[in-house]
Amino acid sequence: MLEIKNLKSRIGDTEILRGLSLQVNAGEVHAIMGPNGSGKSTLAQVIAGHTDYEVTDGSVTFKGNDLLELEPEERAREGIFLGFQYPVEIPGVNNAYLLKAALNAKRKHHGLGEIDAFEFLKMAREKMAGLGMDPKFLNRGVNEGFSGGEKKRNEILQMAMLEPDLAILDETDSGLDIDALKAVALGVNALRSPDRAIVLVTHYQRLLDYIEPDFVHVLSQGRIIKSGDKSLALELEERGYDWVREAANG
Amino acid sequence: MTTESENLESLVNRRYEHGFVTDIVSESLPPGLDEGVVRAISARKNEPEWLLEWRLQAYQQWLEMDEPEWAHVHYPKIKYNEISYYSAPKSDDDRPKSLDEVDPKLLETYDKLGIPLHERARLAGVAVDAVFDSVSVATTFKGKLADAGVIFCSFSEAVAEHPELVKKYLGSVVPRRDNYFAALNSAVFSDGSFVYIPKGVRCPMELSTYFRINAANTGQFERTLIVADAGSYVSYLEGCTAPMRDENQLHAAVVELVALEDAEIKYSTVQNWYPGDENGVGGIYNFVTKRGDCRGANSKISWTQVETGSAITWKYPSCLLRGENSVGEFYSVAVTNNMQQADTGTKMIHIGRNTRSTIVSKGISAGKAQQAYRGLVRVMPQAAGARNHTQCDSLLIGKNCGAHTFPYMEIRNPSAKVEHEATTSKISADQLFYCRQRGITEEDAVNMIVNGFCKEVFKELPMEFAVEAQALLNVSLEGAVG
Repeated sequence: MLEIKNLKSRIGDTEILRGLSLQVNAGEVHAIMGPNGSGKSTLAQVIAGHTDYEVTDGSVTFKGNDLLELEPEERAREGIFLGFQYPVEIPGVNNAYLLKAALNAKRKHHGLGEIDAFEFLKMAREKMAGLGMDPKFLNRGVNEGFSGGEKKRNEILQMAMLEPDLAILDETDSGLDIDALKAVALGVNALRSPDRAIVLVTHYQRLLDYIEPDFVHVLSQGRIIKSGDKSLALELEERGYDWVREAANG
Repeated sequence: MTTESENLESLVNRRYEHGFVTDIVSESLPPGLDEGVVRAISARKNEPEWLLEWRLQAYQQWLEMDEPEWAHVHYPKIKYNEISYYSAPKSDDDRPKSLDEVDPKLLETYDKLGIPLHERARLAGVAVDAVFDSVSVATTFKGKLADAGVIFCSFSEAVAEHPELVKKYLGSVVPRRDNYFAALNSAVFSDGSFVYIPKGVRCPMELSTYFRINAANTGQFERTLIVADAGSYVSYLEGCTAPMRDENQLHAAVVELVALEDAEIKYSTVQNWYPGDENGVGGIYNFVTKRGDCRGANSKISWTQVETGSAITWKYPSCLLRGENSVGEFYSVAVTNNMQQADTGTKMIHIGRNTRSTIVSKGISAGKAQQAYRGLVRVMPQAAGARNHTQCDSLLIGKNCGAHTFPYMEIRNPSAKVEHEATTSKISADQLFYCRQRGITEEDAVNMIVNGFCKEVFKELPMEFAVEAQALLNVSLEGAVG
């Protein structure tokens, strides 16, 4: 579904991705791990189309089409979802309104009519119950006054409502206590399907206890230097990142 | 009758030095302002002597005043002698014959604003004919009001048919000497609305300027007077979302509201006067004095405004809270884009006991626009128990615009509670990207965020205006981002 070949990207004058290659197929869950500054979040932002990042080389293909020539909103409508590491607050715009607008944008793109108001509410309430979220959150401003955990749950709620083909979750576990983590993991696991690909960007192995990955990749200095299965994550937990870097350089 | 008008004609011709002689009514006055012009205006409207005298005194007072320069706005000096102070309505020959002859960009704007098809021709100045039914609509409307005893007519009509009411209240809220532009307006005002709601009557419908059939081009120096007698209620809508052009650049209106005991006046304005081109050239200067007098106990006056047009907006709809327990409210959204400038706000003067005022001001600045909120909360020594809450928020879009706040609080009674909250924010790139990543275009994202910002004010608008106001905001901010 997603094919990245030798991707190079920079922000301003700083090169961050230095020839990254990755292939993600439908039905798979990939974990991208790596030390701070390795480029994990950058990768997520570049796939989503953040305009601060300039792609200097390489290609990204999504469902067979060139992703890099699409605007961020077009990528979203094609089925890419980014769960932000630091979800921003948008006071005055309520959650329900944003969700509905996003849903309708996607539906329109696929030639469907707008979602019926009752259907929308029903769907939202169901998904929120699954995530342990109070339905009152729908009427609040987007992430306005939300705690860290609430913000992350809101990201998963949006993911559940938008049903993307490719979901990239950027450090979804950061700032979460165990209960919130479990709820988020439950939500993500409920979205696993043979038609969907999930990429988890994370520092820590802990999240992967709850969301078992099919593949684990280590990102260092803008490149994937090692790939393996879930046991690689456990090894990293024990040994840190240095041994991988040394092995790659040596 | 003939003798009277003949006399009038000769009177005017004799005293008016500029020398035009023919048909009085259908010709505009050439530019220039002197006593003769004031007399000519008064004569054209067949005004009684007392009103002519009133105008002449105002003119004398104006001559002694200096144009104020303290506002946070810049404009080339107005040449008062190069303005025409009376514009005749356009003859049908000068008007577009149909919508096909109207500027397509203007029609595009009407489309974006959601203006109903049958309204577009009227707004574009196409010669009105029987197709629009505007006469019969107004007639039905007038009938309903007459049943309730409500007087709603043009100011000129009121002078002729209800002179005692006009005499009683005119200038009692905004005296002629109040400020430079009020004095000018008092001397040369063209026309406006007059509303009187009798005791205990709740006006059965919202009064809108649309229904006041009057000659076009009276926007220049409008004079409006609304009186709500004891226990009455009226909601008045001024303006419209459609962009309005006018050859006359200076608009100096005066609006006076009087609310007697237990009465309530709700005055809503949506203003989209031509703001000039991208360089700010040719736009309207909207210098307005609006004031409400809560004369009676328990009276209430609310001002709600959405100001998106004009090259320069300079106005402070205010409330004098005289009556015990009286309430004043001001809800405002002011949008400035490109090269527009605005210095706007309100004055709440607490005079009686236990008076309350609420101010919610939302300013949105984009392009190279400059906007200032200027608010005064004055609590007089005898105003025991006064309460005020002010919320003043600015939203900046882009790097080249400005938002400034000048709050004044003059509190002379120790039992007063006055609260002022102010925020300044931008639409951050992060917020926009967040929305885009959810499939929403940047333009739609800006509209969503801006509308969310203005929600608190929009909900005070009468329903029909609220929907139009949202569309208007979207159109006004087109091209503001990126």
